[in-house]
Amino acid sequence: MSAIRIENLVKTYGAVRALDGLSLEVEPGSIFGFLGPNGAGKTTTIRILTGLAHPSGGHASVAGVQIGHNGALARRIGYLPEEPAFYGWMSAQEFLEYIGRLFGLGGAARRKRAEELLEKVGLWEVRKRRIRGFSRGMRQRLGIAQALVNQPEVLFLDEPASALDPAGRRDVLELIAGLRGQCTVFMSTHILADVERVCDTVGIIHKGRMLRVARQEDLTAAYALPVFRVEVTANGNRPLTEWAEKIGREAMVEQVQVDGNAVRIRVRDVENARGWLLQALAESGLAVERFEAVKPSLEEVFLNLVNEEVHR
Amino acid sequence: MNLFWAALSKELREQWRTYRLLVTVIVLSLFGLLSPLLAYFTPQILGAIPGGEALGELIPPPTVVDAIGQYIKNLSQFAILFAILLPMGSVSGEKERGTAALVLSKPLPRGAFLMAKAAAFGLVFALSLLISGLAGYYYTGLLFEFLPFDRWVAMNGLLWLYTMVYAGLTLLFSTISRSQAVAAGLSFAVLLGLSVIGISKMVAVYLPAQLVTWSATLFIQPETAYWGSLAVSTGMLVAALLAAWLIFRRQEL
Repeated sequence: MSAIRIENLVKTYGAVRALDGLSLEVEPGSIFGFLGPNGAGKTTTIRILTGLAHPSGGHASVAGVQIGHNGALARRIGYLPEEPAFYGWMSAQEFLEYIGRLFGLGGAARRKRAEELLEKVGLWEVRKRRIRGFSRGMRQRLGIAQALVNQPEVLFLDEPASALDPAGRRDVLELIAGLRGQCTVFMSTHILADVERVCDTVGIIHKGRMLRVARQEDLTAAYALPVFRVEVTANGNRPLTEWAEKIGREAMVEQVQVDGNAVRIRVRDVENARGWLLQALAESGLAVERFEAVKPSLEEVFLNLVNEEVHR
Repeated sequence: MNLFWAALSKELREQWRTYRLLVTVIVLSLFGLLSPLLAYFTPQILGAIPGGEALGELIPPPTVVDAIGQYIKNLSQFAILFAILLPMGSVSGEKERGTAALVLSKPLPRGAFLMAKAAAFGLVFALSLLISGLAGYYYTGLLFEFLPFDRWVAMNGLLWLYTMVYAGLTLLFSTISRSQAVAAGLSFAVLLGLSVIGISKMVAVYLPAQLVTWSATLFIQPETAYWGSLAVSTGMLVAALLAAWLIFRRQEL
């Protein structure tokens, strides 16, 4: 059974179609990166899946429960909004205990759970301080803690690290990576580096429609560039240029570009070119330090997909 | 039910920690205490002002009726002010800040979220009127005469219901709008509208403001009752809370 199953989800705001027949399945236990530019429909999807907004059409279930504002769904999920808001007059521990009470935990159980989570997110030292005085990073960590109070089956994180400084981002992403295997994480973001760092599976949304869902490595492999990069030792510049000119004349090669001690070779047929290039290098006598097929970054894949969609 | 108590306990702690409870209790108690004192000492104060001796002599000696009138006038005015100020941001503020979305993504029913707020306001006003009522009763008794305690309690009960009608309406408007100012503005508009409608004496006996008149007549004409006003006020409070719930359960956060 999928942790999240979305079928043809539609959401309209007047004439605006925020979600346009979105369909998606997320495997249990995965960290799913929900990637898209601003305004693509990421937050709307999460608000619908958490029961805070109503769909205009389509169906969705989370952890086997139909979406909607109901206790059964709420008990199975955790939710961190993009800018989590708290009762500033409460302390971090009081807030977590209050959330624990909403999940029906008894006095001792909710205190224990609050303390565990405060330790986990690194807020133990400030547990008695009023939230009003918390920094953005501290609020985000408290936001993650409150989303974990009920040990959710599915955790929704809306742009969890977008507004943080580099250190705060690292901390939050480490926390998220630490949840691997404990629950399904559905994380929306427009920061590709965050997805590359922690997500197993990626879904790319644009204008309310799912463009592609795949494992991260499959996605980059599918959009692999027909480019090889060869790097040689520093004192081999002259032979490298000569060799580059020589192979540039071959029919299999489309373009050669020398850059210092490295050369980028764009080929016509990746599979055939690999063996041929390795042989040519062995025969050249160059002191090769590195030979690699250039992989596209997720950013390149993302831009490719969005551009394809725009030009369709 | 447990979730309602959890939400109510949070609301009461919020009223306490943000000093709203304290300010409401102090202000209303102060007026409860000062009302009989002002009624009693006003002629003497005026007489003590240089040139005001003649004015002091013109004012008839104060009676217990003046003390009751002063108490009801002050309490009803200030309680209404607090009935609008306290709830105006209770829902709209939480929606605007995002705390409503956060806690309502948990298993807290929206009805419990709203009713806990209404109950908290009810308790804050009940406590405030209890303290101001006891202060007012004691000083009225000390300076004038001790009145029947059951009627004094009934008088404060009517004032509480009158206050709660506007607290309920403000909670409804706070649910409808995303702005505290709009919620307060709509409540003042209803207050003003009902005052205008109340010019007609035939209609006035059914309006919430008649509860204030009734509370005053409890000591002068105890046989007079305005059950119509009581029914309409209770109905308005229940209808406001019901409407707030029906609207809020469909709202997107």
